[in-house]
Amino acid sequence: MIVENPRALFFKKLAAHTFLIAFIALILFPFLMVLSISFREGNFSTGSLWPERPTLEHWYLALGIPYERPNGVIVQPPFPVMLWLWNSIKIGVIASAGILMLSTTAAYAFSKLRFRHKGIVLDSLLIIQMFPAALTVIALYTLFDALGSITPLLGVDSHWALVIAYLSAITLHIWTIKGYFDSMDPALDKAAQIDGATPWQTFRFVFLPMSIPILAVVFVLAFIFLVTEYPIAAVLLREQGQMTLAVGARQYLYEQRYLWGDFAAAAILSGIPITLVFLLAQRYLVSGLSEGAVKG
Amino acid sequence: MATMALQRDIPPAGSPLELRTIVGTLIKWALLAVYGLALLYIAWGLYAAGEALFAAVVLALMVGTTIVFGLRRFYTIRFIFPAVMAVLIFIALPVGFTSYVGFTNFGARNLLTQDRVIAYHMQRTIVDASTERPFVLSRDVEGYRLFLPEGEGGFISEPFALDGSPVEIGMTPVSQAPETVLEMRDVVQLRGPLGAVTAVLPDGTDLTLSGLRSFATVRPVYEEQPDGSLLNIADGTVLTPDQSVGFYRNEEGQAIAPGWRVHVGWANFQRVLFSDNVRQPMLQIFVWTVVFAFLSMVLTFSVGILLASLLQWPHLRFKGFYRIMLVLPYAVPAFISILVFRGLFNQNFGEINLILQTLFGIKPQWFTDPNLARAMTLIVNTWLGYPYMMLLGMGYLQAIPQDHYKAAALEGSGPLRNFFAITLPQLLPPFVPLLIANFAFNFNNVVLILLLTRGLPNIPGTEIPAGATDILGSFTYRMSFNDAGQNFGMAGAISTLIFIVVAIIAYANFVAMRRYAAAKGRGQ
Repeated sequence: MIVENPRALFFKKLAAHTFLIAFIALILFPFLMVLSISFREGNFSTGSLWPERPTLEHWYLALGIPYERPNGVIVQPPFPVMLWLWNSIKIGVIASAGILMLSTTAAYAFSKLRFRHKGIVLDSLLIIQMFPAALTVIALYTLFDALGSITPLLGVDSHWALVIAYLSAITLHIWTIKGYFDSMDPALDKAAQIDGATPWQTFRFVFLPMSIPILAVVFVLAFIFLVTEYPIAAVLLREQGQMTLAVGARQYLYEQRYLWGDFAAAAILSGIPITLVFLLAQRYLVSGLSEGAVKG
Repeated sequence: MATMALQRDIPPAGSPLELRTIVGTLIKWALLAVYGLALLYIAWGLYAAGEALFAAVVLALMVGTTIVFGLRRFYTIRFIFPAVMAVLIFIALPVGFTSYVGFTNFGARNLLTQDRVIAYHMQRTIVDASTERPFVLSRDVEGYRLFLPEGEGGFISEPFALDGSPVEIGMTPVSQAPETVLEMRDVVQLRGPLGAVTAVLPDGTDLTLSGLRSFATVRPVYEEQPDGSLLNIADGTVLTPDQSVGFYRNEEGQAIAPGWRVHVGWANFQRVLFSDNVRQPMLQIFVWTVVFAFLSMVLTFSVGILLASLLQWPHLRFKGFYRIMLVLPYAVPAFISILVFRGLFNQNFGEINLILQTLFGIKPQWFTDPNLARAMTLIVNTWLGYPYMMLLGMGYLQAIPQDHYKAAALEGSGPLRNFFAITLPQLLPPFVPLLIANFAFNFNNVVLILLLTRGLPNIPGTEIPAGATDILGSFTYRMSFNDAGQNFGMAGAISTLIFIVVAIIAYANFVAMRRYAAAKGRGQ
């Protein structure tokens, strides 16, 4: 630590803390506003940061419970928020697990096994992923529309269709896991080979148990990406009961029907679980992020 | 440790294993067979539904899986096969399809295949007025009877069931009308099933329901000619197919809707690159896309690195608290925060304008003024993106040796000079690939634009709806899913062009990363 003039240091510290607190206040302003709005009466009312007549109406509605106003009017929840949250989590967990399986095996092969055209396959996987995904949705829609005529299980408005479509978002994860496998001691591989293990056994009993930390990072990254994915989900899920949160949340803010208060409560309620997952995992995520995953 | 685990977990080769291996092989083949049959069923269904391309893909998937998992030769390939297949089917195939659509005129005006368009025209029917005659319906124990009066008597049918299934009934001449006939209102209720009835007169004329009270000969308007044109039987005019635009033309040369999909070669690409009506807004959007992506990168990087440097300062307390608070915008799902901003920036009752009005008496038009809308997009994107840069920056800052700062302090260098002379030069090299990746990401940050502004406000007087905040991706997305005039062909062409641009950026990034890795390798 560099020793500085105590007086100058004091002012520097003061400036740093003031700046940080002011910056945080600015950053948190939207959150505080939304929290305040969620307790305000009505969907259009404006007011101070501290609501004058706080009401739990929006919170009841977000939780899916009809709310009875003091004048006896019963308000029904406008949208099934809890169902949307459940859909998001369900699709996110299943698809992330699938992504993990596909990308781990592939990463192992790309890192440790030898086969022809390995470099070309790896590079093409990365380049093809650069096509703007939002713009292939017409083709995806056509594909699943056709599949749906055979079995509704794979059709439009089916969660399985979305899960299968999401399974293709693996390239960056393959790179992340491959980097981890690359850094492992090649002697492990040799030892297993000498003991007569097949490549699958080497993978299953040697490398898989040792790569749990990076797998956790990839799982959380994939989960966060999938839960917040909008364009593909918006095209494949049309029915209100089938929507994920990212698709459904938009329904609150149409120009003709602007449910600002209801949206605020629903946003906080549904944002909390995802935020918590992220905050708990963030220490480990930093390493995973710098390995190659990209989010804004 | 791992080698010990290996000895414990892998059973030694020996005779008791043989049975297990055989059972395992049997199970494997059984699973493969079930999987193969399921895919075969899907492929068959797709083919029957007229989706030959998709059917071929599914069939190829089935054959590929069987070969790779059936033959020992392809043992290594098994590891990457599922992943590669997922990417091929759900990314490469849609990408190929989208690019292919770029060479067609697929869109709202040319939605169908030519067969479907012909079927549509052939469905149009015309009533032959000369054969029109009223009818009555009678009912007895055997069923319904149709009676077509003519003079004193008329024609009466055999009894038939009126259950909606198509029937053809023979009519026989009789000299008098049936005694009991159904009331008009009962007949009206039976209108639906009656529509499926074809009455055949003794002379062979077919009559079907042509109105509430009448049966008549109904014929298709058009007759397909051997040369592919459609002859209008009623007025003798001819519709000629024009394969260059995918429409039938009448004799005056007007195109008759609906159109069908045809290949248009490079026409969409030419329009994008050379037609003034399209190029003008496209150029503006392209410039804004680059500016948006670049400024987003610079702003998030600057804010992120500033905060990271502050948090690395050894004299600072409460670092953990600050860090959690500063990371929050990244932790909250982006679709929620973007929508929150959409509400807060609302011009009339959004909180931001309320505060600005109370403090300064201004009420900026965030959503209708093009420049303010762009500024808002950048503000929101900086808010969303700086924590990522901050997290990465904190990692890289730790790699800079403290000695450098100590030496600088001895020379009397201030914090600003330190930052630009020591921190930034050592920070930038590892950051370059990440910055390029960030640029490429924002270049296609469709979600932000779609959720925040939908590209609005619109640029006035453009042929295709284009907005001031539209980036190329959102512009194309809106073109595909706009309510007025979807144009998949044009969208496909633009997507392909964007892909080429982004792929080049990505490839450059690739090379930069490898160079950096190689340089680091040499340095050590």
